[in-house]
Formats: sequence, C-alpha cells, structure tokens
Amino acid sequence: MSDTSLPPTERATGAKPSLSRRRFLNLAGIGAGAVAAGGGSALAAPAAGTPDPNIVPVPDWTKTLGAPVNENPYGKPSVFEKDVVRREVTWLTASSQSSVSFTPLYALDSVITPNGLCFVRHHGGQAEIDPDKYRLMIHGMVDKPLVFTLEDLKRMPGRVNRPYFLECAANSGMEWRGAQLNGCQFTHGMIHNLFYTGVPLKTLLDMAGVNPKGKWVLAEGADAAVMTRSIPLEKAMNDCLVAFGMNGEALRPEQGYPVRLVVPGWEGNMWVKWLRRLKIGDQPWQQREETSKYTDLLADGRSRRFTFVMDAKSVVTSPSPQAPLKHKGPNVLSGIAWSGRGTIARVDVSLDGGRNWTTARLDGPATPMSMTRFYLDFDWAGQELMVQSRAMDDTGYVQPTKQELRAIRGTNSIYHNNGIQTWLVRSNGETENVEVG
Amino acid sequence: MWKSAETLLASALLAGALAVSGMAVADPQPAKPAAKAEKDKAGADKARQAVNVAAPAATAPTAAKTIALGRPALPEEIAAWNIDVRADGEGLPPGKGSVKEGEELFLQNCAQCHGEFGEGAGRWPVLAGGRGTLKSERPEKTIGSFWPYASTVYDYVHRAMPFGSNLSLSPDQTYAIVAYLLNLNDLVAEDYVLSKDNFPKVDLPNEANFYDDDRETSEKAFWKKNPCMKDCSGEVHVTARAQILNVTPDGDQPKGNLE
Repeated sequence: MSDTSLPPTERATGAKPSLSRRRFLNLAGIGAGAVAAGGGSALAAPAAGTPDPNIVPVPDWTKTLGAPVNENPYGKPSVFEKDVVRREVTWLTASSQSSVSFTPLYALDSVITPNGLCFVRHHGGQAEIDPDKYRLMIHGMVDKPLVFTLEDLKRMPGRVNRPYFLECAANSGMEWRGAQLNGCQFTHGMIHNLFYTGVPLKTLLDMAGVNPKGKWVLAEGADAAVMTRSIPLEKAMNDCLVAFGMNGEALRPEQGYPVRLVVPGWEGNMWVKWLRRLKIGDQPWQQREETSKYTDLLADGRSRRFTFVMDAKSVVTSPSPQAPLKHKGPNVLSGIAWSGRGTIARVDVSLDGGRNWTTARLDGPATPMSMTRFYLDFDWAGQELMVQSRAMDDTGYVQPTKQELRAIRGTNSIYHNNGIQTWLVRSNGETENVEVG
Repeated sequence: MWKSAETLLASALLAGALAVSGMAVADPQPAKPAAKAEKDKAGADKARQAVNVAAPAATAPTAAKTIALGRPALPEEIAAWNIDVRADGEGLPPGKGSVKEGEELFLQNCAQCHGEFGEGAGRWPVLAGGRGTLKSERPEKTIGSFWPYASTVYDYVHRAMPFGSNLSLSPDQTYAIVAYLLNLNDLVAEDYVLSKDNFPKVDLPNEANFYDDDRETSEKAFWKKNPCMKDCSGEVHVTARAQILNVTPDGDQPKGNLE
C-alpha cells in the first residue's frame, strides 16, 4: 500500500494502514498492502548494505524527553493502535440503542479481552446507575425477601474471581445462509473473555432462603429494556455470580455497571446487566427474550427453546480478512476456542479447507467455560490457503462443519451457529470469508 | 515505618467504634448473642478485638456475619418492581381494554415503527401476519405466526414499549394494545375486550411447536471420538464468498438479520 493512500495523520505518524470503512470495502486495497509492502514503507527492510534509517540516525524518541507520567491519568492505547476499536454494523438493527458493537478479535491476542473492547449489546441503551442508589431485590418463593446495596455485595463473605467467556447466542448468526461478513470482528466478535469479581449467586439466594418448590430464577435488569431471563435454579445455585468487577476494575457502564449476572458457559443474553431483581418461581416466565427471541427455529418449522449452553467453537483470528498475511516465510496463525460445556481439550487447524488437519499449540490458561488461545507456527510460500480451525472440549464434543449444522438445523436458526469458519488466503495475502465444499 | 503507633491505635479505636455502630466489621465471636454484644461497651476491649481482626492470627474471615448484610424488602418495594407476567397469567394486574381502544393507542404509540397494521416499518419488528411462513426461506416470526404465549405480549409491551418511553402504559392501555395485536393476527374479533379474567383463555397457534433443548440427543453425532486428520475429503473448492461488504448504511443489505 502506498503511503499516499493514507490520511495525512497516518502518513505523519507512520501508523499501520487503518481499517477505514472505505478501505475495508476495498479488499483489493488490503491485498495490495499485504505482501507487496515495498519501497517507501516504514515496514520495508533497507537495501542490502544500506543502514536502516530507523537505526541511523538514532531516532528522535531516544534523544528527547517523553510525556510526563500522568499525561493520561487513566491510560490509553498507543496512538498507533487507534484503529483497534469496536465497530457497529448499522444495517443490522433499527436503532443504535438496541444494537451491537463488535469486539475487534482480529487485533487481539492472549485470552483476556481488554475492558474497552468488549462487544456491547444493548436492548434499551446504556443505563447510567449511581452506585449509591443501586439496589438488588430478591423475592418470590423465598423465606425472606431481601434488598441489597452495592456496599452489601462488596462486604459479602466469599468473594471470588473467575475467568469466563460471554458469547451472544446470535454470534455468527448472520452466516447461517452463507459467507456474508468479511472479518472475524463481525462474524465472531460478539464474544469477550474476562476475569469477573463478585459473589456466588447461591450466597444471596441462601440468605433469602429458597422455597423447596422454587425451580427457576427470573433475572431482571434496571435498563430501559428491563431485560429479563428465566434461569433454572440449579444453574443459579451451581456457578452463577453476581459480579461487580471485570478484569480488576469496576464493571464498565456498557457491561452493566454496577452489577451484572454471570452465567458461565450460557448464552450472553442471560447475563443480565444492571441487575436489579431476582425472583424465585416454580416455572419459567416465558419472557420475550426466551420465546420470540433466543429460540432456534429449525427447518421443520418447530423451535428449540431454552438452548442455554454455548457449544464448543473456535475461529482463526489471524490471518483473517482484517488481518491479512503480510509476509512469506515464517508466520504465526493465531485463534481462539471456547466451550460452554467445559474446557477446551484440543484445537486442530487445516490450511487446505478441512482435508488435512494439524493439532495446534494451546498457550495460556485453558479453564472451563473460558477462552483458550491456540497457535500454529507455519511457513507460507505464497500459495492459496483455506484456513479452518476445529475445537474439541473435554466432553468429547467436536466443533461441526457448517454443512453438518445445517443438515440438522436448516438455515433459519439465527442463534447458536458454531460451525467451522473458513478463511481463503490468496497468494497476495488478502483474506476473505468463504465457504468450501 | 510509615505509620506511627498512635495512628495504628487511632485506627483500632475507629474500627472498634464502627463495629459498635453496627457496620459489621467481622466479629471474632460470632456465637455471642446480640443482647450480650449490646452490653459490650466500646472501649479498650472492643478496640483490641478490632486489632485482632486485622491481624493475621485473627479468627478466619468466614466468621463474618452475613446476617448483617441486606435488609427485608418491603411489600410496597416489591410491588413497585414486580412487573413480570407469566404464561399462566400470574402477575396480570386488574384491568381491561378493547380492540377499538387498542387501535387508537397503537396508532399513537406504536405504528410509527411497527406499521398501522403491525406490518413493520424499516427494520422494526413485524407484529402481525406471517402464518405459514416458518418453514420457508424467509420466515416471518410474528405474534400470530411464532410467539407461543399472549402473556409475553402483555409483559413486554408494558415492560419495554413504547421504545423510548417504556413503563408508561397503564394496565388498561396495555390490555387494549394487546387486544388490538391479537385482532391484527386474526385471533380475536373486532369487538373483543381483553381483561385479566379472560386472558388465560387466549392461546397462540404456535405454542405446540416449541420444545426444550435436545442437542445432546439430536446432535449426538457431534461428540466424535476421533475426528479425521488426514485425507478427510476429496478436492476442496470455494463454494461461496462473502459478498462485498455492506457495512455502510447506504449499501445493499446482505441477507440475514440480527434479532
């Protein structure tokens, strides 16, 4: 990519090519920038025997004082990373208050999602709640209906820290009928993986004293959608958390500040944000988000309901359409895998569209219902690749192909699409979302 | 040493005072009856307890009394937030509303997004019609064609609608709007009046077509012991490509829809 194609600010800073909407549309532009990075680019190696201008002379940043310690009291990413942001697909929804902004998975590594980059899904906009005025009510089939303040929750014995992924049930939902969106940010970006701090929901329910006939919990948010979901009591007592922290700091407002529900391994819609109420009952409430939505319409016209668990799934995040291959020779293929049923046991990678597979290297923690990072170090000679990944969890579940999924479910499910993703890497490094057969 | 002995003592006294004032610093003697604790005056003893709590050798933190956390919910507080309506009608408030009243309210409050007849405007949800489309390539999932329970309509309209001014409709208004929506879906006559009493008699036609998650049996084949690693298929070809992206609002819209 020639420098003249960059906006002036980027030319000045030498920033990497930005993923502006226009350039994003122009796949050829990304491709040209991929392998052909040549003369004039800061990335380019100098001619043999010529000193690298990034070494001789010594760069200015080595010879001048930098910014003071408190330049940014909270802290911000490098200016050169300004394109690593959440993105919205405006045509998906009728309103930006009931919409989604996607995690830029293509630019992230390791297993923890930075707080500001976690995908955001609201149904009635982002509520802003004064923590001093926050209240959580527990009532219904209990001995003692109770009200808690945020301070009560923070003083509660038995606080825990747990890493979990949160995936929207509709993640990859636009891909049921075929390859549509060109980037893992959009095909798979309704997921994040965080360390939550909070109190086991069981602690609070035990304090209220659940009636033996109680079988379900209604969780309700304090936002303008007053979001509700029915959760089986067994799950609530098993591993759900009432969380007030994410990655070591308070929940972000868009993630439910000051308190959200954590429902490990289950679809994100159940992780009610701005949690205000928990009601115990003896049957599910058949709320809108568990009847009209978040049910899976199958080819025979019938629908599955209460499909809570997120099945094992994986995606290669690099290379991917927004992260094309830039160099021949050594490359690191990187991706993420997760399962709502347990721990990721193995991930296989194919570079030829699923004919042959190599087991990838898992690195970092692999814990139940949390994201796991995988790598495949490979040499690229510039040939066309059809990149796939296939996750397996410790229950023996193997991520299916999209064809296998469609054979059972048809194409109208919207939710729970965990089929194997294929990226086509062209000889110039340009990468596209495709399907193979 | 960054903290003087006096400061430490002051902290201890402060902690003791807090404990006495009921702010539930972990009590190292959890079995002590409340009455006896009341008699236990603030002073050197209490301060020493507080110091002990802070010291590593003190009683384990599990001794903290959760009984002091939270408070009983008052009936009027529960009433203010307890808005859910269940499929068996539990939670429906007293009230009633007619199809005719509902039509007027719908035109004022709902039609700008959902269309005068629930046909939907732009990308806002279609609420009526769609019967017989669920097996088609373009299923239209409306109240009449898809939703299993009428109670959900009442609950959701009151809870979350109208978008931007939710929780503003009275019970009578909500009954009326639900009555109109049922009429738009040919489920009740034009002169119908919906109320708490006749609500349980309203059945939606698609209810029987929902069943609980059965993936562990219907998709048992996905639990494969040894997935193929070598020569798993014949020649592989690209069969579909992502259409050139339409992330801009003025572009052509790809198929599919996020709900």
